[in-house]
Amino acid sequence: MNPVDLVLNILTIGVPFSVALLLASTGEMFNQRAGIFNLGCEGIMAMGAFLAFLPPYFLKDVLSPDTANLLGLMIAVFAGALLGILFAVVTILFRAPQGISGIGLQMLGVGIAGTLFRHFVGGVTGVPGIANFPIPGLSKISFLGPVLFDLNPVAYFAFLLVPISWFVLFKTPWGLRVRAVGTHPRAADTMGINVARVRFQALALGGAFAGLAGAYLSLCQAKMFADDLVAGRGFIAVALVYFGRWHPLGILGGSLLFSIAQSFQLSVQVWGIDFPYEFAVMLPYVLVIVVLALARKSNKRSPAALGKPYDREKRV
Amino acid sequence: MKTERTSTLKFARESAYFTLIVLGAIVAAVGIGAFVLKLIGVNPIDVYLVILTEPLKDIYGITEILVRTSPLILIALGIAIAFRSGILNIGAEGQMQIGIISAAAIALAFPELPKPILLPMVLIIGAIGGALWGGIAGYLKARMGVNEILSTVMLNYIAAQVYGFLLRGPMIDPEELTVGSGTPQTIRLPRAAWLDRLIPGTRLHAGLIIALVMAVLVYLLLWRTTTGFRLRASGAEPRAARFAGIHVERSLIIAMLFSGGFAGLAGAIELTGVHRRAIESISSGYGFSGIVVALFGGLHPAFIVPSAIFFGLLLIGADMTQRAMAVPANMVLVLQGAIILSIVSAQSFFKDPYAKDKFLRRLSSIHLPRQKKKNAPTSDRGGKR
Repeated sequence: MNPVDLVLNILTIGVPFSVALLLASTGEMFNQRAGIFNLGCEGIMAMGAFLAFLPPYFLKDVLSPDTANLLGLMIAVFAGALLGILFAVVTILFRAPQGISGIGLQMLGVGIAGTLFRHFVGGVTGVPGIANFPIPGLSKISFLGPVLFDLNPVAYFAFLLVPISWFVLFKTPWGLRVRAVGTHPRAADTMGINVARVRFQALALGGAFAGLAGAYLSLCQAKMFADDLVAGRGFIAVALVYFGRWHPLGILGGSLLFSIAQSFQLSVQVWGIDFPYEFAVMLPYVLVIVVLALARKSNKRSPAALGKPYDREKRV
Repeated sequence: MKTERTSTLKFARESAYFTLIVLGAIVAAVGIGAFVLKLIGVNPIDVYLVILTEPLKDIYGITEILVRTSPLILIALGIAIAFRSGILNIGAEGQMQIGIISAAAIALAFPELPKPILLPMVLIIGAIGGALWGGIAGYLKARMGVNEILSTVMLNYIAAQVYGFLLRGPMIDPEELTVGSGTPQTIRLPRAAWLDRLIPGTRLHAGLIIALVMAVLVYLLLWRTTTGFRLRASGAEPRAARFAGIHVERSLIIAMLFSGGFAGLAGAIELTGVHRRAIESISSGYGFSGIVVALFGGLHPAFIVPSAIFFGLLLIGADMTQRAMAVPANMVLVLQGAIILSIVSAQSFFKDPYAKDKFLRRLSSIHLPRQKKKNAPTSDRGGKR
């Protein structure tokens, strides 16, 4: 196989892989910009993936496939936002430590999704899912076409969300408020911003993103649901926020780099280089650790109030 | 007379406050579980009854609870050390797997050694394996500032792959490949590496005694040694600890070495006491249950032991509901997640004096005439400001 085809192959597999990470990571970015470290992302994704899978699975005789898929996406987004709000209640209203609460939410989300899946569906079952939508004309461009313009509709939406997130975060009053409560909540409070409310909103938004990311996994990427479908992507998404330095473009770069590395690893497996597959599977996780270790300087750029509960009545 | 009355009232109000929080947390955790159980069409009360009573009905059930208790105690002790030192170790699962596989490797490498040498060696090597695996995360946190939750979670996935690779490849029982079904497991460990069973006919093994001894040792370590003081100081207030001349980064690494070591020891004990060969699903979520056990036990060895017994009961009971009532195994995860969320939510009410104050003032404004409220010791907040 010639090198161009090889690169093309790696990219056409890698770019769709990046969508779930991109969505979850962008949502997590909103959480962290508001000062909340949401490790429950993994659990929200599992719930989103499972709930999005339900309508196309159960209502396939009642609804047209498109309606069922759309309904699935909407339920996933809505449930994600609700779980984000649950996390907000625990960490903002009750001021619980965020790291361990996130692990709790992860267990809860993965547990509920797994329990309901085992009971209502049983084993791994496929759904038709959402088909790719090649953009007429553009998808015929050589090389770029198949990589960038023959994607899932949700993927286009996800890439569109990158500039939108940037605009919302840096150019709107609400974005300024989010950054303010994540940097110096007391100053924001003094200026009349309701810190708790802005953080609740950011967590609901982040949860919705994570729900959509899960829905993308089950409806668009795998086109099925399994207990371990999310497989740590929620945690990887949190790590990518660090890697992307809390900026939508950095996160886009991070998730692309990451998924291309993963698709490269798959290609290595496929093209018969004799190599224990376990080492190939662990590669992305090793990569996360290496990336976090190298991104050491960027840790200093984290939102100043990240991970610290805000209590307006406490003396400083 | 008057002060006596106010202090009694204060005591009554404070106990009411704490009871309310504890009840609230229990209702929340049990309620979330009941909601999911209702969704899958079983009666939550029946399920809870089976979980809490069925395992206690015969000697087999009770010993099985204690079999689950031993690794839970050890892992929770390690997690408590880490949490108290300000580092959240989520990686006990991976540390346990590395402990199991290194213990198994040593036992299989020296089958000829006599028991008094081999068994301690196997347990110690298991602990060292886990400690080194945990130490990676500690080093990354201390030297590179890598978030320990993310690194330990990633190390869990990596350990699972390493474990699977060794079991499927270099360490697989050769007979599994030639005449067996290819099940990824090692050959049976030499008898000299077996932990003794305490009650014949059951699986209860001497690991329980080791776990209880370790609980005492961890108490002594944390509250009676300089190292323990340094660890707790680094966790409670790193800046103050640094000013006091404590090497906080070193404390983090030491805490993770201990934490991983206990997880590794739990693995070695599970290996030599229960299965006596390394099999695929040997750690089966103990690493995550251990987090819940540690939190439920208030990160204190004296409460971790009963907490581990309770969660041992929960795990066995959940197994039984899975068989008898077809409740999926993931239900344990739901309950554990709900318990974690309720505990951490309730904790802030215990720790935060202002929340208590606010609540007590609200109570006192209902029950007491205005002027007595001034005398109540709980309203000293105005003075603080």
